[in-house]
Amino acid sequence: MKTVTLEIDGKKIEAKGGMTLLEAARELGIEIPTLCYQEQLAPYGACRLCSVEIIKGERSRVVAACVYPVEEGLIVKTDSPRVVSIRRMLIEFMLAVAPRTKVIEDLAARYGVEGTRFEAEANLCILCGLCVRYCAEVKKANAIGFVGRGISRQVAFLPEIASKTCMSCRECFSLCPTAKIPRETDGVCFLDLTVDDFLSRQSK
Amino acid sequence: MAGRLTSIVDLERLRDEILAKRQGRRFISVSNGSDGRTRGSWEVIRAFVDEIEKQGLEKEVEVKSTGCHGFCQMEPIVLILPEGICYVQVKPEHVSEIISKTLIQNEIIEQFLYRDPVTGQGITHESEIPFYKGQARLVLGNNRFIDPWHIDDYIALGGYSALAKALDKMTPEQVLDEVKRANVRGRGGSGFPAGIKWETTRNAPEKIKYVIVNADEGDPGAYMDRGLLEGNPHGVLEGLIIGAYAIGVHEGFVYVRQEYPLATENVIHAIEQAEEYGLLGENILGSGFDFTVTVHRGAGAFVSGESSALMTAIEGKVGEPRPKYIHTSVKGIWERPSNLNNVETWANVPLAIGRSADWYNSIGTEGSKGTKIFSLVGKVKNTGLVEVPMGTSLRDIIYDVGGGIPNGRRFKAVQTGGPSGGCIPEQFLDTPVDFDQLTELGSMMGSGGMIVMDEDTCMVDVARYFLNFLSEESCGKCIPCREGLRQMLNILNRIIEANGKEGDIELLEELSEVVIDASLCALGGTAPNPVLTTIKYFRNEYEAHIKEKRCPAKVCKPLISYYIQPDKCQACLICLRNCPAGAIHGGKGLIHWIDQEKCTKCGVCLEVCPPRFDAVAKLSGEPVPPPLPETKVIRKRVAQ
Amino acid sequence: MTAVDEIVDRYQGGKSALIQILLDIQREYYWLPKEALIRLSERLEIPLNQIYHIATFYTAFSLTPRGRHQVMVCTGTACYIRGAPQLLHKVEEMLKVKPGKTSSDMRFTLITANCLGCCALGPVMVINGEYHGNPTTADLGHIFEACE
Ligand SMILES: Cc1cc2nc3c(=O)[nH]c(=O)nc-3n(C[C@H](O)[C@H](O)[C@H](O)COP(=O)(O)O)c2cc1C
Ligand code: SF4
Ligand code: FES
Ligand code: FES
Repeated sequence: MKTVTLEIDGKKIEAKGGMTLLEAARELGIEIPTLCYQEQLAPYGACRLCSVEIIKGERSRVVAACVYPVEEGLIVKTDSPRVVSIRRMLIEFMLAVAPRTKVIEDLAARYGVEGTRFEAEANLCILCGLCVRYCAEVKKANAIGFVGRGISRQVAFLPEIASKTCMSCRECFSLCPTAKIPRETDGVCFLDLTVDDFLSRQSK
Repeated sequence: MAGRLTSIVDLERLRDEILAKRQGRRFISVSNGSDGRTRGSWEVIRAFVDEIEKQGLEKEVEVKSTGCHGFCQMEPIVLILPEGICYVQVKPEHVSEIISKTLIQNEIIEQFLYRDPVTGQGITHESEIPFYKGQARLVLGNNRFIDPWHIDDYIALGGYSALAKALDKMTPEQVLDEVKRANVRGRGGSGFPAGIKWETTRNAPEKIKYVIVNADEGDPGAYMDRGLLEGNPHGVLEGLIIGAYAIGVHEGFVYVRQEYPLATENVIHAIEQAEEYGLLGENILGSGFDFTVTVHRGAGAFVSGESSALMTAIEGKVGEPRPKYIHTSVKGIWERPSNLNNVETWANVPLAIGRSADWYNSIGTEGSKGTKIFSLVGKVKNTGLVEVPMGTSLRDIIYDVGGGIPNGRRFKAVQTGGPSGGCIPEQFLDTPVDFDQLTELGSMMGSGGMIVMDEDTCMVDVARYFLNFLSEESCGKCIPCREGLRQMLNILNRIIEANGKEGDIELLEELSEVVIDASLCALGGTAPNPVLTTIKYFRNEYEAHIKEKRCPAKVCKPLISYYIQPDKCQACLICLRNCPAGAIHGGKGLIHWIDQEKCTKCGVCLEVCPPRFDAVAKLSGEPVPPPLPETKVIRKRVAQ
Repeated sequence: MTAVDEIVDRYQGGKSALIQILLDIQREYYWLPKEALIRLSERLEIPLNQIYHIATFYTAFSLTPRGRHQVMVCTGTACYIRGAPQLLHKVEEMLKVKPGKTSSDMRFTLITANCLGCCALGPVMVINGEYHGNPTTADLGHIFEACE
């Protein structure tokens, strides 16, 4: 692929075509916060923490750095006021969903977010999808998946598969940024947090 | 059945034959779409068929079961052609009279005519009915003349001649240029110019490409795509084939929501017929161009109407938007270039090609050409599908075509653009409706839903309605959309539940900005629009809810009370007996009163209180007066 | 599970037909039994978690059996403005079922829909395929009584 020249936070960089803005920024030593991004997994673009502002000609817009490909002549701002206020709001959302979890408290500290204005609905899962994607893409086990959509979306184990494969693996335990999985499954037979639970709650 | 047409000449010959056979015949066209059927149009058709047989008129008269004529309020509609005599709300028992009087003796039956609401006069011809008068039904109008199961009906109207012209007289580049010159803009989303999108897909390097019809129509309250696909599937297919030729595509899809069984059935049947006629398949009309179409049913998800989500669903995977920033016209279905357009967009293509770009450009406004179909619904007298030239004012649509607001109520707002759109207040009623004007007002054209609201509609409640819809219909993948909408919905709920706080409006605005900027797809990117426009134009209603705990439209249950006015109550016992909560006290000759603790605010008392008493009232933002002391509750019936 | 196999065979085994196949199974059984999903996963070689994601994503699918009579109340925008919430509330009270749920005697399943395309009738209720425009409390009583 051809190389392209762009500017990130005032620094010029020649990047290989097809690279993402996140990768290019990292080459320059610019730290963009991420949550759902993992080098070994396909880019997912769900947490939007890596939001950056791009300027093309007259127009500026916000994109997710982990999925946006580098472009010739692009001007990128990874820390503009617009981007920071987005990140701060995302952190407030996450504090409501997963209070008192290290990863999120660290982020809050970094961005000076002192608390959340939203009522805590502590179910711990921020749906970054790391567990689901790791289980599918790396382990090829597909023992956990997404169910539902919109505000009812969640992750759930499939008991038929989990009972056979999960006990010897448990690699998603350490991947989960809010430690929901180790906290809410017994780690033995994985009978909590299953598709069946989800369905029985839905039909009540 | 004509067999396979192998040349343009074949098509023209067939058309002549069909027309010759129809010489001197009369047609009874019955609007028999999904909506007509709910009001008994099938029964009317059967009655006509039986009666015609009984009277031995098969040679002279033919009954046509057509798609929706548009005036849904008056279904079942019967149109007698070629005269254009229109009877409304026809019942099977009217049929023999219509045959013997109107068809045999050429006599108009006053009783079945549409009545002008102002003069009370019966109107004989369809074209003179105010609902139709202000319209320009270039696309939808064909529905009246076509039985969607008979391709011959479409051909008789000149159908497929635009395709013949494109294949015979134009190169793909010329077709593309003509569509670009006509500036056909997308009717399903943001009004993107179709020609430019086509060109992107055409220029993409991969060999295999696709074209797709978006018939997911997820906007709740819009049904023009259903009306078109159901009533005139060949019109949509013709546009699609022309597009495929211009772009250089040999495979297409129709993605139609499964909630539209009749549209699905009709388009599948139309594809089969077009294949038999050689209008689809290999070597179309002997031109050497090949093209096939497959139907894919959607399983019910608003977000799957978004282009990348729709394409993922066609691949058989969950219909979520893709996070990539590469446009689907370059990398769509199976990463191949795929051009998606809305049903109505495709249906406009034969017009621009068959006539010409210049002709097409003569209709509409500077930036928006042609017509647009709206589904005019809600609190408006004439509900139905309305097609007007771009640039027609909201007032003309709502008052001239729509007949205004029923029951003597006042107009409050009109919602356009569906869940991504906004509410437009009275002061902008004279705005000419086109893509750019609506966007300027903070709303959008969207697919063309137009929901009229009167003074009894609460704008905070409307905002909550759309947000609730979107929070359930979003795919739930990205945090700004899922959590942002969840929090916005929480705030609106608390405002409606009398727990609104100072600063809630500002917080809603702050949240909106983040959701719009940071969401992964256009669902989140437009979701706050209904909230932002209602705050912009109806901020006082939000403030009344928050500061005075009052719902000005008296809609939000936690903020209203039902109250029986003692001076009006005739102690008739009707509400008392009907109240499902047993909350009404009193008795024969004793003035009734509502126990506010027990009342569930179902509104049955208001519904059943005889209008001549009009004793039940809704209160909001004021305390409910206590019941009368016992000595005063006796009521002697006033003489009636 | 021969019915599932037959449906899969109709689509000549293509993975891309998954949603179409699920729609056909739903039409056949009125819900998606777990065994059917497991069989489908084997036949199409699609991981079960993906099938569950789809089956819980789309409103057309039900993962629990539905009642003998399906009562559908339209909550599309046009119906909403014309009083769908009141209608839905009444129906809930009368049937003692919440939207999306089935009564314990399996008599009724109550579902909501987004626009049935007959907004002129609104608010609309459909029961066993029959449409009712703006039914009164008394109408509803008669309609439900007639359902065994
Ligand atoms: C959440 C969402 C839902 C959509 N639903 C539909 C739909 O039901 N029908 C439609 O034609 N376009 C829909 N669109 C717009 C499509 O993404 C796409 O822009 C359109 O079909 C392109 O056709 P057009 O250019 O002819 O308008 C939707 C967009 C979004 C973001
Ligand atoms: S914006 Fe909403 S619908 Fe779009 S990807 Fe994000 S969560 Fe899904
Ligand atoms: S890291 Fe980019 S969206 Fe999560
Ligand atoms: S909104 Fe109910 S039928 Fe359209």
